[in-house]
Amino acid sequence: MDYHFHWRPVFQKLPELLQASLTTLEVAVLSMIIGIILGLLLALARMSPIKPLRWFATCWVELARNTPALFQLFFFGFGLGAFGIHFAPYFIVLFGLSFNNAGYLAENFRGGFQAVPDTQLRAARSLGMTIPQAYIRIIIPQVLRIVYHPMTNQMVWAVLMSSLGMMVGFRELSGETQFFASKTFRIFEYFAVTALIYYAIVKIILGAAKLASIRLFRY
Amino acid sequence: MIEIKGLHKYFGDLHVLKGIDLNVAKGEVLSVIGSSGSGKSTLLYCINGLEEIQKGAVIVDGVDVHAKGTDVNKLRQNLGMVFQQWNSFPHLTALENVALAPQIVKKHSKTDALEIAAKQLKHVGLGDKLNVYPNSLSGGQQQRLAIARALAMEPEYMLFDEATSALDPELVGEVLETMRMLAEEGMTMICVTHEMGFARDVSDRVAYFHQGIMEEIGPPEQIFGEAQSEHTRKFLANVR
Ligand SMILES: Nc1ncnc2c1ncn2[C@@H]1O[C@H](COP(=O)(O)OP(=O)(O)OP(=O)(O)O)[C@@H](O)[C@H]1O
Ligand SMILES: [Mg+2]
Repeated sequence: MDYHFHWRPVFQKLPELLQASLTTLEVAVLSMIIGIILGLLLALARMSPIKPLRWFATCWVELARNTPALFQLFFFGFGLGAFGIHFAPYFIVLFGLSFNNAGYLAENFRGGFQAVPDTQLRAARSLGMTIPQAYIRIIIPQVLRIVYHPMTNQMVWAVLMSSLGMMVGFRELSGETQFFASKTFRIFEYFAVTALIYYAIVKIILGAAKLASIRLFRY
Repeated sequence: MIEIKGLHKYFGDLHVLKGIDLNVAKGEVLSVIGSSGSGKSTLLYCINGLEEIQKGAVIVDGVDVHAKGTDVNKLRQNLGMVFQQWNSFPHLTALENVALAPQIVKKHSKTDALEIAAKQLKHVGLGDKLNVYPNSLSGGQQQRLAIARALAMEPEYMLFDEATSALDPELVGEVLETMRMLAEEGMTMICVTHEMGFARDVSDRVAYFHQGIMEEIGPPEQIFGEAQSEHTRKFLANVR
């Protein structure tokens, strides 16, 4: 075998790769924020007495969890494109990831809501709190603690899933890597370095989540 | 004054309260006794509107609890409730547990709410536990926390639903002592209880519930001495 490793071109592009990592992180974080909000609403919708609402939420959760994430991205890209609705690559990835995150998180949140005794709601209401007040101040904080670990995992998953961005022309970390790799043909070297960057990002997220949990959950 | 008039409550087909008529005057302490499933808890939930009713009315200081236009959230500020499972909010410290409702329901400033909370916690003997989370409090302490939390809304009425039933025997005393203190301070109280000693010593009147009917009501001497109803006598013979 006479493949010679050339690392230098990769290292020269390291600033660009790190810049792209920030894009990756940004889209992952935003998709998590949107995913958490939508996931909470979906979980509440699934427990609601209104049938169409339940049905809509169930469809969303089923699709998000049981179809390839790549297809979900394609839906926001080529799928809606077929109907003349076009998004920039950034938004295709953001919407795709948010859709997927919301679906997975909704299911976790539902378990979380079921784990909080309904006597907590009664106690809050007996103090004169409205239903939204009781949910926001009493129920949801407890649910967020219960789903904290699944939520951290979903965050990691969002970072890794964002690499699908390169399939829709989005220059996040993988897209950028692909771009340089194909220009220089140092494919292995580029993807090896990028893999390490992903690894570092994930480890940082897990570490930060652990620190935050100590700060957030003192009970 | 709490006026209950011809109150009927169903859960589906299950007829749980079958025409209750009962007035509780300001300053009165009423104990409600009766066997499991007789509708005692349900009665309390109907009084503060946590349960709907199917017939009759509950009127608190002239306000019909179940009427359409009634602001139940406002009404409940005046009707403190303490539950069998003490229901501390686990994610909040003792102080935050008590301060939350004064702040977000009564719209007190945060400083005022914390001050009210500290005062009420001292009142129930938890002055040294302000910044502790409920999971490091005993059951009796958590129940006193629940009492302080209800008192922080400055209610004129307190509803107790078997406040001591879920406690270890050695912790019952401290909670009963707190309830006794409230009674002496003149709080209007309806106490669903299995503590016959408390019912006899502290209450002005005792009501015996049997299968959804208020079988008998009268001063403790009557209920515990010369009960009119056969059912009441049987029940008391069994619990003693
Ligand atoms: N949410 C509910 N749905 C259906 N049935 C209910 C509900 N709550 C109470 N019941 C039924 O209503 C009846 C009265 O219940 P309630 O809790 O008021 O009794 P209780 O006198 O407080 O009994 P205990 O001493 O066991 O607390 C019981 O048969 C109970 O099973
Ligand atoms: Mg009960």
